[in-house]
Amino acid sequence: MKKFTRYLVVIGMLGLLTVFLTACGSRKSLSQQDVLTNDRASNTITWGVKADTKLFGLMDVKDNTIKGFDADIATAITKKILGKNGKAKFVQVTSQTRIPLLKNGNIDAIIATMTITPEREKQVDFSKSYFDAGQSLLVKKGSSIKSVQDLNKTGTKVIGVTGANSVANIKKFAPKAKVLELSDYAQAMTALKSGQGVALTTDNGILYGMASQNPGYEVVGGTFTKEPYGIAINKGQAPFKKEVNQALIEIEADGTYNRILKKWFGNVAGFDYKEASR
Amino acid sequence: MWYILTHYWSELIQGLGYTLLSSLIALVFSTIIGTMFAIFEVLPNRAMRIIGRIYIELFRNIPLLVIAMFFYVIIPMYVAKIDGFTAGTIGLTIYTSSFIAETVRAGIQSVDTGQMEGARSNGLTYWQAMQHIVLPQAFKIVIPPLGNQFINLVKNSSVLAFVAGFDLMYQGNSIASLSLDTINSYMVVGVFYLIITLPLSYYMRHLEKRLA
Repeated sequence: MKKFTRYLVVIGMLGLLTVFLTACGSRKSLSQQDVLTNDRASNTITWGVKADTKLFGLMDVKDNTIKGFDADIATAITKKILGKNGKAKFVQVTSQTRIPLLKNGNIDAIIATMTITPEREKQVDFSKSYFDAGQSLLVKKGSSIKSVQDLNKTGTKVIGVTGANSVANIKKFAPKAKVLELSDYAQAMTALKSGQGVALTTDNGILYGMASQNPGYEVVGGTFTKEPYGIAINKGQAPFKKEVNQALIEIEADGTYNRILKKWFGNVAGFDYKEASR
Repeated sequence: MWYILTHYWSELIQGLGYTLLSSLIALVFSTIIGTMFAIFEVLPNRAMRIIGRIYIELFRNIPLLVIAMFFYVIIPMYVAKIDGFTAGTIGLTIYTSSFIAETVRAGIQSVDTGQMEGARSNGLTYWQAMQHIVLPQAFKIVIPPLGNQFINLVKNSSVLAFVAGFDLMYQGNSIASLSLDTINSYMVVGVFYLIITLPLSYYMRHLEKRLA
């Protein structure tokens, strides 16, 4: 009997802990305040950007800033919303941390190679698309893998990144393949090089970046999905979302968008500038 | 939490299975290897002592993640094709064995030298004395710290998540990103770890009471 009571106490304590931790999530926080008003007051917009993705958002160790297409677009939008002196602050995010960081108010918006999906739209709002991405494959030059159909064999291992919806797509297009999820693109690339999988799959923009950095590897098969990138904004921030969309339209109209596109993708082999420019 | 549990049940069970399997393999082999190097360290032979020292200091002082990544990336490139699960488990075994070696060595050295001398003067060889007299007493002494190592081992098996080893943590990361419910996903994973570690903890306590 005494033993039984002891177990009961342990289970009871676990239960209490659960209730306590769950309650933490429902507290009102920064995310309830109006982002646009706060940003105008501080003259700063805080963006969540990737820091491990060449061409989109990459940490430059020389001056410790994040550089890339996403970062430049974010800066251009910031200047349209806040004026010439507006400051864009960048916070490094990953596929796993970006939504929690946005939800708890640490960042105002996510511009981090994030595809607009219905599941994500339940959690966050999206601006209009700012980049027409699609999923593709990166393989070693001379590989027998030419398209996504070649992956649909039992025993084939495909490398993806946790938190990216490319993993779910591969399960749909090549259900027989086994997907290895790694924590970021650098690790995924290392795993591809060490032969843990035959192909690395994710959005074409990121794969172009990897291909330009690793000469022995190439992007094959074109895109087999349509996954436009959008800027994610917290639910209930309609005024801010409207401003972001407006700024996007403006930078597309005045040529800023195309200039940034050319700056980052102009030299990438196989990138169709005409198709992507707006 | 309930939603995560019901929707991702098969992933969680698969994760639990891989974590259990990896932990079990690592537990058995790290105890064997650890004990071996502990004996190396107390041998009269100086060369063996140095070998034991180098092994322990090397793997005790490198982060587990680095060891696991080494087996995941370098070994497949130059030696043999091993997958994430194997690489992670080998890394976990080696890492834990260095701690177990230190623990067991402390146990052996805390057994009075008179025990070994007495056994030898009664005609036992060094190895017989070690096996029948010293080691049983040493293990009795080190059960509590050994239990600590075993629990750490189970939790450290989460390193498999970084090398795509399909363990609980790997599934947890995957579920968190699929469901977009980070807090509850990791809470469920925490509870699943408790399912393994609490009985282990109770068993080690029970063992300690029975043998003491």
